[in-house]
Amino acid sequence: MSLLPDLKSAGVMGINSRNGDYIMRYNPRRLFPLVDDKLISKELAIQNGLPVPELYGVIRMLHDIRKFEQLVAGKEDFVLKPVHGSGGNGIMVIGSRSRDRYRTTTGRILTRDEIAHHMENTLGGQFSLGGQPDQVLIEYRVKFDPVFDHVSYLGVPDIRIIVFKGVPVMSMIRLPTRSSDGKANLHMGGVGAGIDMRIGITTNAVVGTSPVHEHPDTGSPVVGLKIPHWEAMLDIAARCYEITGLGYLGVDLVLDATLGPLILEMNARPGLNIQIANAAGLLPRLHFLECLELDGLSVPERIALGKEATNRDPREVTRMAVA
Amino acid sequence: MNRRHTYILAACLFLAGASLFLYKVRTLGLPLDAAQETEVWTMEAHVSFHRDSVGAAKAYLRIPENPFGYRIASENFVSRGYGLTVDERANERQALWAVRKVSGEQSLYYRLSVYADPTRKGSLPKPTFPKVPELEEPYYSAMMDLTSHVREQSADVLTFTSALLRRLNDPTPEENISLLRAGARTPMQRSKLAVTLLAGARIPAEIVQCVRLGEDRRMAEVMPMLAVHNGDEWIYFDPQTGELGFPSDLFPWAWGSKPLIDVSGGRGDMVEFSVVRSLQPTMEIAQERAASLGSKIPEFSLLALPLRTQSVYGVIVMIPLGALLVVLLRNFIGIRTVGTFMPVLIAIAFRETQLLGGLLFFTLIIVVGLAIRAYLEHLRLLLVPRLASVLTVVVILMTLVSIASHRMGVDTGLSVALFPMVILTMMIERMSVTWEELGARDAITEGIGTMMTAVLIYLVMGVSVLRHVLFVFPELLLLILAATLLAGRYTGFRLTEYRRFKAMAAEQ
Repeated sequence: MSLLPDLKSAGVMGINSRNGDYIMRYNPRRLFPLVDDKLISKELAIQNGLPVPELYGVIRMLHDIRKFEQLVAGKEDFVLKPVHGSGGNGIMVIGSRSRDRYRTTTGRILTRDEIAHHMENTLGGQFSLGGQPDQVLIEYRVKFDPVFDHVSYLGVPDIRIIVFKGVPVMSMIRLPTRSSDGKANLHMGGVGAGIDMRIGITTNAVVGTSPVHEHPDTGSPVVGLKIPHWEAMLDIAARCYEITGLGYLGVDLVLDATLGPLILEMNARPGLNIQIANAAGLLPRLHFLECLELDGLSVPERIALGKEATNRDPREVTRMAVA
Repeated sequence: MNRRHTYILAACLFLAGASLFLYKVRTLGLPLDAAQETEVWTMEAHVSFHRDSVGAAKAYLRIPENPFGYRIASENFVSRGYGLTVDERANERQALWAVRKVSGEQSLYYRLSVYADPTRKGSLPKPTFPKVPELEEPYYSAMMDLTSHVREQSADVLTFTSALLRRLNDPTPEENISLLRAGARTPMQRSKLAVTLLAGARIPAEIVQCVRLGEDRRMAEVMPMLAVHNGDEWIYFDPQTGELGFPSDLFPWAWGSKPLIDVSGGRGDMVEFSVVRSLQPTMEIAQERAASLGSKIPEFSLLALPLRTQSVYGVIVMIPLGALLVVLLRNFIGIRTVGTFMPVLIAIAFRETQLLGGLLFFTLIIVVGLAIRAYLEHLRLLLVPRLASVLTVVVILMTLVSIASHRMGVDTGLSVALFPMVILTMMIERMSVTWEELGARDAITEGIGTMMTAVLIYLVMGVSVLRHVLFVFPELLLLILAATLLAGRYTGFRLTEYRRFKAMAAEQ
């Protein structure tokens, strides 16, 4: 065992453990469509009074593409999203327009035909899991809070919070870089910065798996960043448990300059890089919560528990779970 | 709860698979090695006699039944014009040939194939203590005198018998022995005498008439062995030398001193034995034996299928093994592959294309196919038509490569059949989808992972011992299933995760 790094005492959750011990146990498969279908999750959030970017319209089939102009009439900017997309693929963000030319926030000028082609591809399933036919969602483009301007290269930074049985347990902010093409996607080279659950300040940051202190493009520090509306974000994340019923859930939030935190999407199989961004394993916190009776707790009580779980020393809690 | 359930299920599957496997190996003797051969002795008893005038004739031949140390693989009778009945009475098994009208020289044959099986015990019941024989004087006194002498010099049945036989065979016999030995010249008579004398000491003894085995013996010797029961088991002595133990080159043909043949209605009757040694595949013998034991297993074996189907199943039974390998490589090591069981299918495709040729061919076609896919992206085709176009181009490419390599005379490595073609196109489709969804890097990583996994599976599937064992013992699939179930409960780290999370490792 000494040949391999000691991940167990560090409380790191591996893929097998996530799939076998958490997703399979706490996320019933029948609930997956609630988060995999962005249209359903948006409607679910609206019904329950949780903030989401406003929906302008849905392109359901090729025939609907002609309605596109009509749907975005009077909107200076908007976002096209595949309903079943994952990992930020297939998202097109239009920042401005002049007659039939559209300009993406990354600076590409697109004609109406090019946008139509993109929508056709999306409908054909290019961005959906397994290539099944998909739909296009047209929604409000988040005017992201300038508070993150100095740590983002184009694109929108987003905040991912892992919620275990309604308790927000770990979070990070994902900052777009030049190499991630303006997408807040760690997989493509974005910065991931772990957030202290108790105070909403970033404590550690990585690109890929290597630690960083400054944003690779802007040079501003990414550690010690204060996240505005932190308590509101925790509140929204905790409530997402009730509306989906998923016990192991990832909630992605964005911060709008005027509207505050908005739910971007939810994920029933949140990844494990959040642990690298936090330089902390998920298991100590989850084991701590698994020893408690969480049913019937109010949202503020659960948020408080999530903050308490942060204090857990990996070794101590691992022992507890074993005993 | 689920965990325990899995363990119990896996244990049950393991036990079921393992016990059937052991039954087939131990009891039915199915070999673990396909090429294993067994030494088979084929003995032929030739009964001949002469009938001077036309009339009825009848011949009995004592034939083996449950010979200890051997198993009967097959037996048959050759007797033209004779009616045959086999008398199956316990320890009295005999063949009876009968004919109504016959004359002249008569020949009857009984042929028997046996092979050694040290686990076989004879089926003779435990004997009772014999009465002291009532001999006439002076024989009775000689016997009693001899036995009391020998008893003084021995401790148990074994030592008593050896001492008795030593005296009996003494070249310069004492008086008693000379007297007793007078009428017993042949080995058979000597053995009968030994049985009588042993009965004088109330020791149960029996004669076993044996045929001597050897490389191609035309006239095999028939000789008696002395079996003595020591209260627990039979022990064997050579009545002429007094040597203990049953020689490995003797075959116990019949128990008792009763003659091997009995002919009525003829004269000059005799039986001659010939022995031929041969090697036969253990597999065939085991199947015959299973059938003779009345086991239904051979009928439900894959070996009972038509040959064509058998060759297909020879590959199919290997698939779960490949799947288990994929499970290990993915969930324990963390290698990423295109599709879940694509590597297994590619490994099977490699069987048809040969490894090196297949690997080169697959890589070439996949690289070119993906390049075309990248080019087609510029044409802004819809997803499904684009994939279809890629597949069409791939098929064209494959035909071109095959034709070109054939023209150059290197078609040996490229025997491309339908199955590899289908797998190849599927592989490109899946890789294209990955490319679309996750990008080039992931697609290439998965492509390489898939190829490496496929090569490994191909090599494992090529191990002929594994193939034979899984084909002959398909119940081992239950063991594979049990292992797979257990692997499904593994929630520890994958090997690649140690690198991924290395920075987070606790200080050791």
